Amino acid sequence: MLDIKKYLRLSKLPHIWCPGCGNGSVVRALIMAVDKLGLSKDEIVLFTGIGCSARTNVIVDFNTIQTTHGRTLAFATGFKLMRPDMKVIVITGDGDGAAIGGNHLIHAARRNIDITTILINNSIYGMTGGQYSPLSPQGTYATTAPYGNIEPSFDICKLVEAAGATFIARSTVYHIQLTADLIAKAIAHKGFSFIEVVSQCPVGYGRRNRMRTPYEMLMWQKEHAVLVQQAQRYSLEEMKDKFLIGELFVNKEKREYTELYEELRRKLAEGGEG
Amino acid sequence: MKEGVIALTKRFKVVLNTKWCKSCGICVEFCPKKVFEFTSDGKVRVMREEMCVGCRSCELRCPDYAVEVREGEEE
Amino acid sequence: MSLKEDVRFMQGNEAIAEAAILAGVRFFAGYPITPATEIAEMMALRMPQVGGVFIQMEDEIASIAAVIGASMAGFKAMTATSGPGFTLMQENLGYATIVDIPCVIVDVQRGGPSTGLPTLPAQGDVMQARWGTHGDHPIVVLCPATVQEAFELTIEAFNISELIRNPVILLSDAVVGHVREKVTLPDPSRIRIVNRRVTNLPPEQYKPFAAGPDGVPDFAYRGKGYRYHVTSNVHDEEGFPATYNHKVANELIRRLHKKIEFYRKEITYYKTYRVEDSDVLIVAYGCTARSAKDAVNMLREGGIRAGLLQLQTLWPFPGEVVEGYAKRAKVVVVPEMNMGQLVGEVERCICRKAVRINRVDGKMISPWEIVDAIKEVFSHA
Ligand SMILES: Cc1ncc(C[n+]2csc(CCOP(=O)(O)OP(=O)(O)O)c2C)c(N)n1
Ligand code: SF4
Ligand code: SF4
Ligand code: SF4
Repeated sequence: MLDIKKYLRLSKLPHIWCPGCGNGSVVRALIMAVDKLGLSKDEIVLFTGIGCSARTNVIVDFNTIQTTHGRTLAFATGFKLMRPDMKVIVITGDGDGAAIGGNHLIHAARRNIDITTILINNSIYGMTGGQYSPLSPQGTYATTAPYGNIEPSFDICKLVEAAGATFIARSTVYHIQLTADLIAKAIAHKGFSFIEVVSQCPVGYGRRNRMRTPYEMLMWQKEHAVLVQQAQRYSLEEMKDKFLIGELFVNKEKREYTELYEELRRKLAEGGEG
Repeated sequence: MKEGVIALTKRFKVVLNTKWCKSCGICVEFCPKKVFEFTSDGKVRVMREEMCVGCRSCELRCPDYAVEVREGEEE
Repeated sequence: MSLKEDVRFMQGNEAIAEAAILAGVRFFAGYPITPATEIAEMMALRMPQVGGVFIQMEDEIASIAAVIGASMAGFKAMTATSGPGFTLMQENLGYATIVDIPCVIVDVQRGGPSTGLPTLPAQGDVMQARWGTHGDHPIVVLCPATVQEAFELTIEAFNISELIRNPVILLSDAVVGHVREKVTLPDPSRIRIVNRRVTNLPPEQYKPFAAGPDGVPDFAYRGKGYRYHVTSNVHDEEGFPATYNHKVANELIRRLHKKIEFYRKEITYYKTYRVEDSDVLIVAYGCTARSAKDAVNMLREGGIRAGLLQLQTLWPFPGEVVEGYAKRAKVVVVPEMNMGQLVGEVERCICRKAVRINRVDGKMISPWEIVDAIKEVFSHA
């Protein structure tokens, strides 16, 4: 049995999130993954940026570093290059990771640096009170989209794939066991791994978008997620308002960045030209 | 244990940490045995512990780590 | 063992890179920009040779972020840029100050605002270096006038940054960055190297932001049981956010400033030239100090007793030093390649007006300009 308390900073609980917020569940999934892999708390560095998602690393007993809005992957890149022996994990939000931090996400993926990024997609800027993000679906409501959001959203997993990440997955808070399993796979993967976790922000998003309770939001996740293995069963038309979950993309061929750098240094030390 | 009872029924303790629980209602909805209930003042409480079948759905889904399901003595 | 000095011809940017390596830098992240690019190029060549890491990031925001990340891992780290890039770095620079993370940022100044004069020198970032990031934060800014000074002050930049666990800015300029001059490199064994203080407390007792009288907390390497938290928010001694606690906020911000005050003497660098009997005191820094020195000689030949106070530490502003040397001077002159930035500080400290000489066209202030301005003052006296 998982003893979750072993991984939590009990003095920091209860956490500050709203009732029914999905962030707590994502942290649970991360802990399940770490426990499954048998990693020690000392070898994990959990980086976050700014936002409600950034508060995840206050409550877990890992090495925890919260940075500036959107820049987390750049901080984590510097750290990982100097401490390749440590497991570097980044938790970000849809605003933090896909808006202000979008460029750093693209380039961390391109380099294929061995960092695991968990993007909690709650379709909204939670911490600042419910403004639309690049992942808010078109037509949804936000404080800055009082007439409905006219901007199209994008598929962040596809973006990260095109950028060059080598492990990409999506899950939801409803599918918490799957989320834990995918995070475990992502951490075990050598290279840049990315998992989008569709989550619920009952206060900033649910209320404005006809989902009154956290339960309704979890059921929305259940009804709109399609396991990638079962995607063939659905017609294109049926897939229109659904999204895929599961392991979306894996590439085991592309070389990892810190390894390439180490190789370069070794060659130079041996007197080669690099 | 009484004579004549064939199946051993496991008993579970459902421990709710009221300091951490935010009464979001997730456990209320997901518990297959309706063990949890809202009180009249909107707080979630364990009402029918004896019905618990130990599926741990509440524990897994509680975003506040406020429920713990413990295996009790067999009766 | 015999000591060996090494005399070389070097560019300022090259000297900065070499000095940084001697000071122990093992991580460089940067983004190309004139007139600072040579530093990145040198580092790309040298870092992997000395077991360090060079990485070209996607922009300057990422560069300084990676630098701070590397420093959080316990290694000396730096970046180099010019005005536009320096502006992009400001938010994360503030982050480094609130989390007590040392790093060195080189700003090879060029004419601004915006892309301004991309290849020409200026001294327009004096105030940005001090106040570029928001909020009350401590900062140290060093400013070299020659390649030799670029070398020496780079080493001091790392030393100070490790000593007080704070970013230090090396404010160079396009002249110092690109000029080729003779440099005497001391024997490496003679170079004083400072490393951040590391805790000797066990993890259970360690508080990452608790500090003694100097205000500087002890560092702990990760992966050895020290699983502390770091946040950009106002935090308590254990590193956890305390954003509703006025007392904690007050104590933190005051502690950060105390680091500078405690070490103020040690981190104040300046040079003087013929100031013993000077009636005219020229206060200058960076490439302008080069012309000012020539101006002193020219003025003395013409019978005016001039002297030069060259500030190498611009921030914290060495007010007492300026005040002391200005005491007997009838006239204080501040030439700057900007519209007048440091002169305000000088006037504040000497409680009277200084003669301003300003140039913002990308050309250096010449010795003759300084001489003429001073003669002009004397002709009215
Ligand atoms: C540079 C900067 N711009 C804006 C903000 C304000 N800000 C704080 S959190 C946030 C949005 C976070 O949204 P998201 O990443 O979706 O995270 P959530 O709060 O929903 O978890 C913003 C814009 C900031 N802290 N820094
Ligand atoms: S605002 Fe939304 S994301 Fe933030 S804590 Fe509340 S529910 Fe969670
Ligand atoms: S899921 Fe957890 S927080 Fe929500 S009501 Fe149940 S016990 Fe309380
Ligand atoms: S373990 Fe299952 S049956 Fe028991 S209280 Fe929890 S959800 Fe209900």
